[in-house]
Amino acid sequence: MDINSLGVPLALLGAALAALLAGIGSAIGVGIAGEAAAGVVTEDPSKFGKVLVLQLLPGTQGIYGLLIAFLTLANIGVLGGDPSQVTFAKGLLYFFACLPMAFVGLWSAKHQARASVASIGLVAKKPEQFGKSMILPAMVETYAVLALLVSLLAVANIGKLPL
Amino acid sequence: MNEQYAYAVARIRVKELSLFNRQVIERLMSCGSYEECLRVLAEKGWGDGTPGLEAECILEMEREKTWALLRELVGDLSVFRAFLYRSDFQNLKAAIKAVVTDAPEDLLQSLFPVQGMVDAQLMLRAVRENDFALLPAFLGDPGKEAYLALLHTRDGQLCDIILDKAALCATLLAGQESGDEMITQYAQLTVATADIKIAVRGQRTGKSAAFLRRALAPCPTLDVERLAQAAQKEETLFQYLETTPYTGAAKAIARSASAFEKWCDDEMMSLIAGQKSNPFTVAPLAAYLLARENEIKTVRMILSGKRNHLDGDAIRARLRDMYV
Repeated sequence: MDINSLGVPLALLGAALAALLAGIGSAIGVGIAGEAAAGVVTEDPSKFGKVLVLQLLPGTQGIYGLLIAFLTLANIGVLGGDPSQVTFAKGLLYFFACLPMAFVGLWSAKHQARASVASIGLVAKKPEQFGKSMILPAMVETYAVLALLVSLLAVANIGKLPL
Repeated sequence: MNEQYAYAVARIRVKELSLFNRQVIERLMSCGSYEECLRVLAEKGWGDGTPGLEAECILEMEREKTWALLRELVGDLSVFRAFLYRSDFQNLKAAIKAVVTDAPEDLLQSLFPVQGMVDAQLMLRAVRENDFALLPAFLGDPGKEAYLALLHTRDGQLCDIILDKAALCATLLAGQESGDEMITQYAQLTVATADIKIAVRGQRTGKSAAFLRRALAPCPTLDVERLAQAAQKEETLFQYLETTPYTGAAKAIARSASAFEKWCDDEMMSLIAGQKSNPFTVAPLAAYLLARENEIKTVRMILSGKRNHLDGDAIRARLRDMYV
């Protein structure tokens, strides 16, 4: 068996992990924050707009994961190209390039959700502090964005390497 | 799972906005009469809007509203069993005394206003049929012991001691089994303050160390044996309390019985204060329950003071710290 035939499956595995793990993290995060938001809206429907924004914050990781997966699929030629050009070494590189977004996406979404739930509690009691309550969970986003940048730069440049 | 209470805690956060703070309490205090206090309470949504309701009826309705909310939020109230066992044992005590003293049927039906984990009518049946196996073991075993003790000795105090101690032991165990730090600490504080109260009363009424040993419930933060020994004299009791986490209790007891009651409630409020910023677990719900009970107790004191035309300072000295 030609070892280079494993290049595409490896790259696909990386893309799948980025979409899967970051998506799972976001689904869990938005779900937990949604429960808390529903609790507040049950008692005070006027706060719907504010708590909705806080609920959506952990949802970005899933989008980042999708972006990395999409870019990987495009670069390896699965989306309208020639997948046979991906060697084993490149496939392995794509796989590793997707991992930051996969794992940081999963963990940051779950932890951002905890911060969002706490902020929803803050908005429930002090709606005038909405701006501050947004910033606190948004800080967790920093690390998701850093992971996105690493994965994005790596996936975008692997194709140029002479491997 | 911590996150399972996210919805419930968020609802409680909004509910906490309607808890009485110091300003509302001051407003009640500034009312010129008992009737004016009732009007302020009605404005705040207390009671069911029916005019002319008695204070006790309004307070009971508020208690019921709290439990109805918690029932809606968690479904199974067994997570609050550390808070409900006290009511169960009160009901059992009432059932045993009513059956042994042959209380009339109409009185029996009015004896169990307090909701607990176990149906009060089942308790009554168990006592009437002398079949305590109908009840869960934590109630059935001490219930049988108390029933036989009352039947054979007609000593109501002995019956009370057996059931009160069993209630405290059950509360402590439920707290430990809850897996929640705040509920565990609540149970420990409940048992500790109850033990201190027993020791103080025992010391003042000249009870023996053997009697106290029988009445005191084991508590992880108190040495019951030392407490029973120390309670032979007020001085030694205070000295012992100074060596425990309840040093404030000695000072409060030295002031007055009401100061000690206030100290107990204020300790409970400081125990739950941290839950105002806890977004997960069942603890914020338990804290809300305790905050509501504290609020109802404070309002009862104000209403009672106003009805009996007590001096404002006398009422104020008894007012508890509020949760919000």
